[in-house]
Amino acid sequence: MSNAGKRVDREALAQRFRQFIDPEYVISDDETLKPYECDGLSVYCEQPMLVVLPETVEQAQQVLRICHQEGVPVVARGAGTGLCAGAMPHPEGVVLSMAKFDRILEIDTLARAARVQPGVRNLAISEAAGKNGLYYGPDPSSQIACTIGGNVAENSGGVHCLKYGLTVHNLLSVDLLTVEGERLTLGSEGLDCYGMDLMALMTGSEGLLGIVTEVRVKLLPKPEVAQVVMAGFDSVQTAGDAVGAIIAEGIIPGGLEMMDGHAIVAAEAFAKAGYPTEAQALLLCEVDGTSEEVHEHIDAVESLFKRLGATSVRTSHNEEERARLWQGRKSAFPAVGRISPDYYCMDGTIPRGQLAHVLTEMDRKSQECGLRVANVFHAGDGNLHPLILFDANVPGELEKTEAFGAWILELCVEVGGCITGEHGVGVEKIRQMPAQFNDSEIEQFHRIKAAFDPAGTLNPGKGIPTLRQCQEYRSLDKDIEPNAGAAAQLHAHDHDHGQGGHHHG
Amino acid sequence: MADITNLLVEQVLAAREQKQPLRIVGGGSKDFMGRAVDMSLSELNLAEHSGIVSYHPVELVLTARAGTPLTELETALAENNQMLSFEPPRFGEGSTLGGTLATNLSGPGRPWWSSVRDQVLGIRLINGYGEHLRFGGQVMKNVAGYDVSRLQAGALGTLGAMTEVSLKVLPKPASTRTLVSDCELGEAVSIMNQRAAQPKPITAACWLDNRLYIRLSGAHSAVDATAAQWGGEELEDADVFWQQLRDQQLEFFSTDQPLWRFSVNPTARMPQLSGGWLVDWGGAQRWYSGAADFAEMEQIAKAAGGQVSLFRGGDRSGEVMHSPSPAAQVLQQRLKQAFDPDGLFNPGRLYSWM
Ligand SMILES: Cc1cc2nc3c(=O)[nH]c(=O)nc-3n(C[C@H](O)[C@H](O)[C@H](O)COP(=O)(O)OP(=O)(O)OC[C@H]3O[C@@H](n4cnc5c(N)ncnc54)[C@H](O)[C@@H]3O)c2cc1C
Repeated sequence: MSNAGKRVDREALAQRFRQFIDPEYVISDDETLKPYECDGLSVYCEQPMLVVLPETVEQAQQVLRICHQEGVPVVARGAGTGLCAGAMPHPEGVVLSMAKFDRILEIDTLARAARVQPGVRNLAISEAAGKNGLYYGPDPSSQIACTIGGNVAENSGGVHCLKYGLTVHNLLSVDLLTVEGERLTLGSEGLDCYGMDLMALMTGSEGLLGIVTEVRVKLLPKPEVAQVVMAGFDSVQTAGDAVGAIIAEGIIPGGLEMMDGHAIVAAEAFAKAGYPTEAQALLLCEVDGTSEEVHEHIDAVESLFKRLGATSVRTSHNEEERARLWQGRKSAFPAVGRISPDYYCMDGTIPRGQLAHVLTEMDRKSQECGLRVANVFHAGDGNLHPLILFDANVPGELEKTEAFGAWILELCVEVGGCITGEHGVGVEKIRQMPAQFNDSEIEQFHRIKAAFDPAGTLNPGKGIPTLRQCQEYRSLDKDIEPNAGAAAQLHAHDHDHGQGGHHHG
Repeated sequence: MADITNLLVEQVLAAREQKQPLRIVGGGSKDFMGRAVDMSLSELNLAEHSGIVSYHPVELVLTARAGTPLTELETALAENNQMLSFEPPRFGEGSTLGGTLATNLSGPGRPWWSSVRDQVLGIRLINGYGEHLRFGGQVMKNVAGYDVSRLQAGALGTLGAMTEVSLKVLPKPASTRTLVSDCELGEAVSIMNQRAAQPKPITAACWLDNRLYIRLSGAHSAVDATAAQWGGEELEDADVFWQQLRDQQLEFFSTDQPLWRFSVNPTARMPQLSGGWLVDWGGAQRWYSGAADFAEMEQIAKAAGGQVSLFRGGDRSGEVMHSPSPAAQVLQQRLKQAFDPDGLFNPGRLYSWM
């Protein structure tokens, strides 16, 4: 099915690229290749054959043409902040780094749109648009570093997704290079297009269908005011009910985040945000809009929290207080990093109503396998980030952690959710795909892939498992209840582990 | 109100065996859309496959069979003070959920309240192999696998028969007011865009017959304050106006002339032409009523940064949807092959070559 992996001489290929790309930007020596070995999920490492950093679309096009001719795998790379090993190189392939495409080409203030190159950092768009009172909606926590090209490839989300949508909701058009090096534009300057929605298909396709070379995004007017209410609760269930109650009230908060007891304690120790450390759950509810609207809704949210039995309620009254209340949540990951040598960030989505059940089950399992877990939760849209605490230097602990993580994702599917809300499948969650999809669905995915990339050279081995893998995983799951020891062994076969790393999410 | 999945799958399998293409029909309210199809083809009728499968108001998620009429969904949502935020046009009693997604039709609030394509979370679909598949899900965020659900938006059923759709729904706004003022087209377009750039509770902006209509929705206090600030005459029976715009019942739409739909840059200046214009979506959607040459309309759309379709009437034997670039055409043909290798579903409805 795929001719990926056909042996090609590294230096000969590098020489061909150096004919049209600045030789300095064609990397072939081991030392300089090193930083490209992995993305933000550093347990998965692989040295690529070559890394190229083209500076023009024509150069990128030429790279693709040559690779296509030679059957050489191509792995696109943005900032490498991905958390599913999506940008992990292929050992016989070329990493196509889009880092040099870092220009904002146009800010169209009146039409509220920005045209940018794929290597532009997410936050840079909002910074540039800010002068005109506009910003780009999706705000992943990694926004100072991650690129818009990576955002498109992962359909990234952020704290403000419930109200302002994911990447897919904030794109107008995407320029692409196909695996053959053919250029095309999907979408337009208008809101809708005709025919199949290829732009939606491309969004979240993890670099498996094409290379993003330019993006036109929507810009939103900056809200007049934003205020945040923080509330502590003595049970996760009550906090979960409070989230439902806000929505039932007809309020869609700009951001609605939850943290469990472990995360609260860690965040407070780290950020001193004034969180109630005795609480079992904490909600941060941000309301934004016109000053009148925010005033009206903040009152409603405060009284609702009190009525539902919040043990403490605090509201920001200026930007400084607001920043402080968010500081704890924003530093939750580094904070957890301080109380444990390593942590592993998971990314399942569940129907919100299942939250208490899922957290209870997770607690039970956590005790059973002796690994602590702290939870931060995009409560508005049901996206759960359990952080499993472990020590990679303890033999077997990483494997145990991965097995626990896999168990959590399968639980998410069981309660009607999915294995990944925003981080993507990549290499990391390929094993859980059969839990969410049957063979016919997986096969349909392969046929889609083949429509774009018949030879299978774009980011091979990621995203969609082969049917053989699916059968293997299923038969193993039947035989082995995925807990500690046995599952750890089984996972050890799946991939070579690199150094147990720090995982931020 | 029944689940007739098995029957539908059987029909597809039989069609596959006999190499007999099918015409997918929901409520039949959009038969006028797309290219004229051979009416002698057998029907794959989804209307019977109807009913809400699950609805959890606090989750903001609704799942229904594809043949469920929009009216039934809207009644159920209204009981919980929620709505289909994309305000789908209802071209008749029978308009169904599946047809709405296949045609990707959204109403006046689209720039602010999203489109049906934006709100879809997951689907079930019978492909050309007669397999009943599930993609996406019933949760807000899901990036496992390719986004097959949104791919259907605008595909006019050419990739398969959707049997079930899950959607994100939204609360109804507490308050709504509509302001009207007199103004000519060019000025209206620039006012619409200026207002859309302000952080105010605007949820629709339309221009017709030298009148600019701006809808505000949200918290009472916010709507009132903005209305006072922006000024304009308050429109009585505003709900009726927006409903008639949404369902194309305004006088503008009751004409024998061909109706063209432009989806363009909201700030675009469009040429005068001899027919009539209606501007919606804050400038991003423009309706033109009048005879015209398809290729010329494509040029006009392109110059305005967008695309055009011959929405209703006119010559429906040629192309009616903006032509994709050659590369995008190849991709659509290959995708068609990937879902429906025998060309069973809606042949020729979307493009002459598909
Ligand atoms: C601290 C931290 C916090 C995070 N928080 C969030 C969060 O809140 N929400 C969230 O959604 N994610 C989050 N992430 C994950 C990550 O930042 C996102 O997935 C991001 O979109 C990746 O962008 P990147 O430029 O780093 O892409 P990379 O990691 O370089 O690549 C990601 C994938 O995109 C592909 N790709 C990259 N560029 C292109 C291109 N031009 N064309 C085609 N394919 C391309 C790659 O092949 C790869 O499969 C976080 C990560 C970290 C480290």
